[in-house]
Amino acid sequence: MDAIQKSLLEQVAQLHDVPEGAYNIRANGAKAGRNSTANIEIVSKTDKDGIDIIIKPGTRNESVHIPVVISESGLTDLVYNDFFIGEDCDVTIVAGCGIHNCGDQTSQHDGLHRFFVGKNARVRYIERHYGEGEGSGERVMNPQTVIEMEEGSYMELETTQIKGIDSTVRTTNAKLGDGATLIIHEKLMTHGDQVAKADFTVELDGENAHANVISRSVARDRSRQIFLSRINGNGRCYGHSECDAIIMDEAVVSAIPEVTANSLEASLVHEAAIGKIAGEQLIKLMTLGLTEQEAEEQIINGFLK
Amino acid sequence: MLELQHISYDVEQDGDNKGILRDINLRIDERFVAITGPNGGGKSTLAKVIAGILTPTEGRVLLDGEDITGLDITQRARKGISFAFQQPVRFKGLTVRDLITLAAGQSIGVSEACAYLSEVGLCAKDYIGREVDASLSGGELKRIEIAMIMARGTKLSVFDEPEAGIDLWSFSNLIQVFEQLHTKINGSILIISHQERILNIADRIVVLSEGRVKEEGSREEMLPKLLGEVGGVCSALREKVR
Repeated sequence: MDAIQKSLLEQVAQLHDVPEGAYNIRANGAKAGRNSTANIEIVSKTDKDGIDIIIKPGTRNESVHIPVVISESGLTDLVYNDFFIGEDCDVTIVAGCGIHNCGDQTSQHDGLHRFFVGKNARVRYIERHYGEGEGSGERVMNPQTVIEMEEGSYMELETTQIKGIDSTVRTTNAKLGDGATLIIHEKLMTHGDQVAKADFTVELDGENAHANVISRSVARDRSRQIFLSRINGNGRCYGHSECDAIIMDEAVVSAIPEVTANSLEASLVHEAAIGKIAGEQLIKLMTLGLTEQEAEEQIINGFLK
Repeated sequence: MLELQHISYDVEQDGDNKGILRDINLRIDERFVAITGPNGGGKSTLAKVIAGILTPTEGRVLLDGEDITGLDITQRARKGISFAFQQPVRFKGLTVRDLITLAAGQSIGVSEACAYLSEVGLCAKDYIGREVDASLSGGELKRIEIAMIMARGTKLSVFDEPEAGIDLWSFSNLIQVFEQLHTKINGSILIISHQERILNIADRIVVLSEGRVKEEGSREEMLPKLLGEVGGVCSALREKVR
C-alpha cells in the first residue's frame, strides 16, 4: 500500500500497521492483505467479488478488521461480504471505507454486508466512512447491511461518516429472533452539497426482541439528509427509534420514523428532533471564554461524539 | 473590582423606548454582593449587561479600572467574568467533565474535575461521565454550574437566581455550597437572589426596583429593612424574601 492508502486506513480503521488477529485489507478493488486465525477464517467468494468471514462458535475477545481503501479516481468497487458468527461468540468487527479522489471522475464503493449472528453471540460492529482529495470527482459510498439474529444474540452497530463523502445511501435491514437485541448508533455529518440517506428497517419477530436505533447528525452548508427508520413489532417486543439532528446554514434534514405494532404485546417508541444550535448553548460556552466558532465546534463535536 | 457608571438599558415596546435599567451606578469590590428586588426590576438584565450578553444603551462598565463596555461575552470571560445562568443550559453529548474542563480553560485530570464536583456536594464518580442533558435534575445542573464557576476561578462570578426552579432540599444544599464558596473563592461573587438565606451570607445588599438602585448597604443595615423590621423597603419584595 502507498502512503495515501495507509493514511486512509488510519482514518477508517485506526490502523497504523497490519492489525493483530484476523484481517482482510482491500485496496483499489483488490486484496492487499489477509490473515486468518485459528478461530476466524476469511475466504474469497468464488462466484462474485467479496469474502466470507467464518467465526467459530465460542470465539471470544477476538477481532476482525476488513477495511477498504480507494485512491484511484474513477474506480467503482462492489463487494459482497458475509459474516457467519457462531454460537456464544463475543467478537468485534471493524470495517470501513476511505476514498481519496484527486481526479475528476467519480470514485465509488458499494458493499453488501450480511451478518448471520448465532445463538447467544455478541457482536460489536464498527464502520467508518471517510473521503478526501482535491479532485472534482465525487466520492460515493452505498453500504447495505443485512442482519439476521438468532435467539439471545446481541449486536451493536456503530456507523460513522463525518467527512468527505459526497453521496451515500445507507440501507440496513435486520430480523431479530427470540430475546435478540440490536443497538444501532449512527453518527453523520454532511457539508457542502453532500447528500446522505439512511434507511433502517427492523423486524422484531421474536419474543422479547429489542431494538434501539439512534441517529445523531449535523447538516451544514447546502447538504441534505434523509433519515428513514421503520420498526415493525411482530410479537412481545420493544423498539425505539431516535433521530436528533442539528441543522445549519441552508441545509435540509428530513426524519421519517415509522413504527408498526403487529401485535398487542409490541411496545414501540419513536422520537425525532431537528433544530439549529440553541443560542443559549453558544452563549454559555462563550461565558467560559470560547469564541462563537469554538463554541459551535465544541457543541457539534460533543453531539457527534 | 467592577464599576458600573450610569448604566441604562432600553428596549423598544409598542414604538416607544422602555427603560429596563436607568442610570445604575455601582461599585462591587466586596467578596459577596447580593442584588435583590421585585420581579421585573431589572436584576437579570443587569447581570447580562455585566457578562456582555446585553449591551447597555448608555453608560460604562469598568473592570479593575479598564473600560470593558465594548467587549463581547468571550472577551469579558477572558478578562475574568464568569456567569451562571438562572436556568442552566443542557448539552446533548457534552459530559460534565467536558464542561468542567472547558471552564478550567485547560486540560485537567479526572481527579481535579471530581474535586470540583465534590465541593458542590455531588458524588463525583456518579456524575463525571454523564451527559449534561435532560437526565439531570435542576438541582444537579445548578451544582454543576457552580462547579464550573469554581473551576474557572475568575475575579468576578455572577450568579443569576441560583435558587430558581429547585426544590427545598436542593436549595438547602445550595446554601451550604454558597456559604463555602464565600470563604473559599478568590475574587468577588455577585448574586441575584430573593432568598433570605442567601442575602444572609452577603457582605452587601443592593435593592433594584423599576430599573433603579433603590437602596444599598451592608447586610446588617439592609436585612432588617427587607424583612420589614425597620421601615420596609418594599412590600412586594418583603413577600418574596419571606
